[in-house]
Amino acid sequence: MPYRRSVLLAALVAGGIASPALAQDKSQVVLCQTLEPTVLDPTAGAAQAIREVTYGNIFEGLVAIDRAGKIVPKLAESWQISADNLVYTFKLKSGVTFHDGTPFTSADVKYSLERAVAPDSKNAQKWIFTPIASIETPDAATVKVTLKQVAANFLYGLAWGDAIIVSEKTAAANATTPVGTGPYKLDKWTRGDRLSLVAVDGWWGGKPAIARATFRFINDPQAQLAAIQSGDCDALTNFGAAEALPTLKADKRLTVTIGKTEGETIIAMNNGKKPLDDLRVRRAIAHAVDRNQVNLGAINGTGTPIGSHFSPAQPGYVDLTGRYPYDPAKAKALLAEAGYASGFELTLKVPPPAYARRSSEIVAAMLGEVGIRVSIENVEFPQWLDRVFKNKDYDLTIISHTEPLDINIYARPDYYFNYKSQAFVDLMKKVDAAVDDKSRLALYGDAQKMLAEDSVNVFLFVLPKVTVSKASLTGMWADWPLPATPLTDLAWQ
Amino acid sequence: MLSFLARRLAGLAVTLLATALVVFVVLEILPGDPAAVILGVSATPETVAALRTEFGLDLPAPERFLRWVGGLLTGDLGTSYGYRVPVAQLIGERLQVTLPLAFAAILLATLVGVPLGMLAASRPRSLRDAGVMVFAQAGLALPDFWVGILLVLAFAIGLHWLPSGGFPGWDAGLGPALASLILPVIALALPQAAILARVTRSATLEALQEDWVRTARAKGLGAAATLYRHVLRNALVPVVTMLGVRFSFMIAGAIIIEDVFSLPGLGRLMFQAIGQHDIIVVKDLVVVFAALVVVINFLVDIAYGIVDPRLRRRA
Repeated sequence: MPYRRSVLLAALVAGGIASPALAQDKSQVVLCQTLEPTVLDPTAGAAQAIREVTYGNIFEGLVAIDRAGKIVPKLAESWQISADNLVYTFKLKSGVTFHDGTPFTSADVKYSLERAVAPDSKNAQKWIFTPIASIETPDAATVKVTLKQVAANFLYGLAWGDAIIVSEKTAAANATTPVGTGPYKLDKWTRGDRLSLVAVDGWWGGKPAIARATFRFINDPQAQLAAIQSGDCDALTNFGAAEALPTLKADKRLTVTIGKTEGETIIAMNNGKKPLDDLRVRRAIAHAVDRNQVNLGAINGTGTPIGSHFSPAQPGYVDLTGRYPYDPAKAKALLAEAGYASGFELTLKVPPPAYARRSSEIVAAMLGEVGIRVSIENVEFPQWLDRVFKNKDYDLTIISHTEPLDINIYARPDYYFNYKSQAFVDLMKKVDAAVDDKSRLALYGDAQKMLAEDSVNVFLFVLPKVTVSKASLTGMWADWPLPATPLTDLAWQ
Repeated sequence: MLSFLARRLAGLAVTLLATALVVFVVLEILPGDPAAVILGVSATPETVAALRTEFGLDLPAPERFLRWVGGLLTGDLGTSYGYRVPVAQLIGERLQVTLPLAFAAILLATLVGVPLGMLAASRPRSLRDAGVMVFAQAGLALPDFWVGILLVLAFAIGLHWLPSGGFPGWDAGLGPALASLILPVIALALPQAAILARVTRSATLEALQEDWVRTARAKGLGAAATLYRHVLRNALVPVVTMLGVRFSFMIAGAIIIEDVFSLPGLGRLMFQAIGQHDIIVVKDLVVVFAALVVVINFLVDIAYGIVDPRLRRRA
C-alpha cells in the first residue's frame, strides 16, 4: 500500500512537471501590467494605466504615435497645414463607426476638441487644446482647426491619449463603459484584478490577429515574477523586480527587452528656498551625486542616464551627462565657496514608487559624503501632490516626470521647482513658434543646456520600459514614446 | 433576549457613528486631494478645481459629513472618485473574494488546529505533543506571505497545477474561481491553525485538571469519551473567542496575502483607495469593517451560549 501511494504521488508530480503547457490559443493574449486603470477614459484622468489599456485599442485620435515615436495618420487620413501654420485641415477616414454603431463624422471631432478646451474641461493635458481658436466642419469628412498662435507641438499633442475622439452620445459614460472607434471594445471588467477586450467586427483597419485580450493587474513584484514564470501572463510590462531580470533573460521561453520611456527621473530641488536658491549649492549637489551608482542601486542599471530634462529617445536630445561629473571634492569646494563649509540639513520627501524609495537611500548617503545631512521622509502619493507639488513645502524630492516632451514645465511660473527664468520662458515661446523641425530641435538643445547650466534639478535617468514576454509573442513595443500597448501590433508566431 | 438584542443594536449604532466621525475628521486633516491625484502633474489648477466641484469637494466639511452620514443611513455609500461607480458595488464585488477566502481559511484552520490541539493535550509531554507543538511553533514563525510564495513556487511555477494568482470572478465558473483560492486559503490558514492548536491545547489541559474529569474517569468513562464528551465543550470557550478575533483580522488583514496572490479583496481595495486618496471609499470601508467586527463579536457571544449553557443563563 505505501508503495502504491508513493508511485501514485510520483506519477502525479512527474505528470504535472512534464505535461506541456496547453497549446497556445493564437487568437488570445494575456497582458499583465502593474497598475489598474480606475477609469477607461483617457480624457478623465492622467494615469498611465488608462493609456496602456485604451490607447489605439478602444479609442483613437485624429493622429497617433507609432512605436518609433513618429506621428502617423489615424482617424485623419491626411492633413494640410496652412503657410502661416495657423490652420490645420484634416481629411477624415470614411466608413468609421463607433462601437455603438454611430457613424464617425467631423461633428464628433468638433465636439471632442471643444469639450477638451471648455472652461469646465477635466482634461489633464488641457495645454494641448488651449491654442485652438475655432473649429469648422465644412462637410462630414473635413475638419478645419484654426489656432490663436503658432503651436509647433499641436499635432504631436493631438496624438496623445488625451485627444481621443469621442461621441457626444456616450462621452459622459466613457469612464466605465467606453465607446470608441478602435479595434477593441470592453468585454468584462473584474475590478481590482483583470479586464478583457474583444475585437469588434468591421473595424476600419481590418481584422486584428488577436481576437481577445485580457489585461491583468499585478502590483507586487514577487507576484509578477510568479505570474510570468508560471506562464499565467503572456507578456508583462514594467516588470518591478529588476534583480530577477538575469534569471528571466536566461529562460529560453521568454524574451526580455529593456527599452526607454519618456520618464525623466530627477532629484527635484526647491530653487526658491535657502540654501538651494544658490546656484553654487545646486551645482555642488549635482557633483555630489553619482547617477550611475543610483541607476545601478535603485533599478539594477536598467535606466538610461540623462544630464537634463529630456529623453534620449527624443530627436533633439543632447547628452549633458558629462556636465557635472561625480566629484565630491569639487562639491565640497563649491559648498565652501557658497559659505556652507560645514554643510547643512535638508529633507528629502519621497513618494512610494520603488525607484524613488531605493534612490533616496543612495542619494542621502552620497550627499552625506559632502556634508549635506539629509533626512528622508517617505510620503504617500496624495500627500506628495499636496505638500510637495501644490504647496512647495519641500527641499528635495525624487520623482519621474513621465509625460513625453515635458521640458516646458520649467517655463510654468508656479511650478513646484520654483525655477523662475524669463530666459527659459522666452526659449519655450520660440520652441512653440518653431515649426520647422531643424530649428525646433536646435532650440530644444538650447533649452536642455540652459536647465543643465542653471542646475535646476539633478537629472538622474529615464525610467526603462522592461518587458518580459513569451518568446513566441511578437509585436510588443520595446520603447515607450508614450504609454501604450496597441493590440493590433501583436501576433503569435 | 429582546432587551439583549436592543442593547446590542444600540451599541452597534453608537460604535458606527463614532467610527464615522473619527475617520471623517482624520481624513479631513490628512493632506491630499482626489482630484489632484486623478489629474496628475500636468493639469492646471483650474482643471483640478473643476473636478473638485464635480465631486462636491468644495462644499464645507460639516455639510459633506452630514451628506455622507445621511447617505449611509439610507444605504447610499456614495460614488468612488477613482472608479466612478457606487462604492456599494465595489465593496460587494470585493466581498465575493474576501468572505469566501476568510471563511474557508478559518474553517480549514479550525479543522486542522482544534483536533491537533486536543491530540497534543491528550498526552502532554509525549512525542505526539512535541510534534504538534513543533508544527504550531513553525506555523507561527513562518510569515503567511512567505508560505504563499513557497506554495506558488511549488504548485504554480513548478507543477502548473494552480494559477499563480488573480481571481477570474465567480462567473468564470466554480472550478477556476475555487482553483484561484486554494493556495491563498492554505497560506492564510496555516498560521491560524497554529494559533488555534496552541489555544486548544492549553484550554484542554486546563479543563483536564478539573474535578469533574476525575469524577468522570472514576465512573469508568474511557479517556477518549471523557475528552470528547466533557473536556472539549469546556475547552471551546477560549477557542471560540480566538476564532472571532482571527476572523475579524482576516476580513481586513488579509492584505499581504491578497497582494502575494493579487486577489481583488477588501484589504487591497483599502490599500489602493488610500494610495489614490479615494477618501469616500476609505471612509465607507472603515465603517463597513467596524460593522463587520461588531457583528462577528455578536455572533461569538451567541456561540458562547451554545457551547456553554452557563453563559447563556448569565446573559
